[in-house]
Amino acid sequence: MSEDIKKFMYVNRRAPHGTIYAWESLEVVLIGAAFDQDVSVAFFDDGVYQLLKNQDTSDIETKNFSPTYAALGDYDVTKLYVEQESLEERGLTIDDLMDLKWEDEDEDWAEKDSIRVVSRAELSSVLDQQDVIFSF
Amino acid sequence: MSILHTVNKSPFEKSSVGSCLAHALEGSSILFYEDAVYAVLKGASIEPLVAGFDGVKLYALGADLKARGITDDKMIDGIEIVDYAGFVDLSAEHDKVQAWV
Repeated sequence: MSEDIKKFMYVNRRAPHGTIYAWESLEVVLIGAAFDQDVSVAFFDDGVYQLLKNQDTSDIETKNFSPTYAALGDYDVTKLYVEQESLEERGLTIDDLMDLKWEDEDEDWAEKDSIRVVSRAELSSVLDQQDVIFSF
Repeated sequence: MSILHTVNKSPFEKSSVGSCLAHALEGSSILFYEDAVYAVLKGASIEPLVAGFDGVKLYALGADLKARGITDDKMIDGIEIVDYAGFVDLSAEHDKVQAWV
């Protein structure tokens, strides 16, 4: 079956909460995780806001889906690409983002970082290597 | 005539915040809410635009800041946080509201 594995990329370019795009993307990523494909998720432009720490939607009375990003590792979604230039334009650094980890079963369940901060050029190259791109 | 400008779109996705800042006159106020609250983040490329105001009062809606993880320490100085009741008060205090939708 290994020849059937495709590289799936989910592209997130929208801020959370103001529109439904971010949450919809997260739902599709989780559903897609059931199909055993090689999944990556990219966060750039306003999409980097999705990963900010300390999001609490209790006062706007919408579902707070931001804790769900921490569960992606358990679904073997372990490659979260975040674009450096998008962070910088918005006054953000990796320290402003949630500390997302996954456990590598091939290395005695060692904890590893899910977030990979990459340059715009590197991200373009990662996008170029994909078989399928889903845009949100 | 004093105007309350309200903006709810991300400054990086739409031109609403930029256009609002360019048109706001002395004596008016600007309230950032929903995705426009990202305009108040310190260190962003648009900070000089947002912070460079004399005579225009800037506000941001607290519930939308909290939802997006924007804590006080990450905000440009001088922006006042209001709650929903404060939003209503601002609307009542100004002669009219211009919504930059």
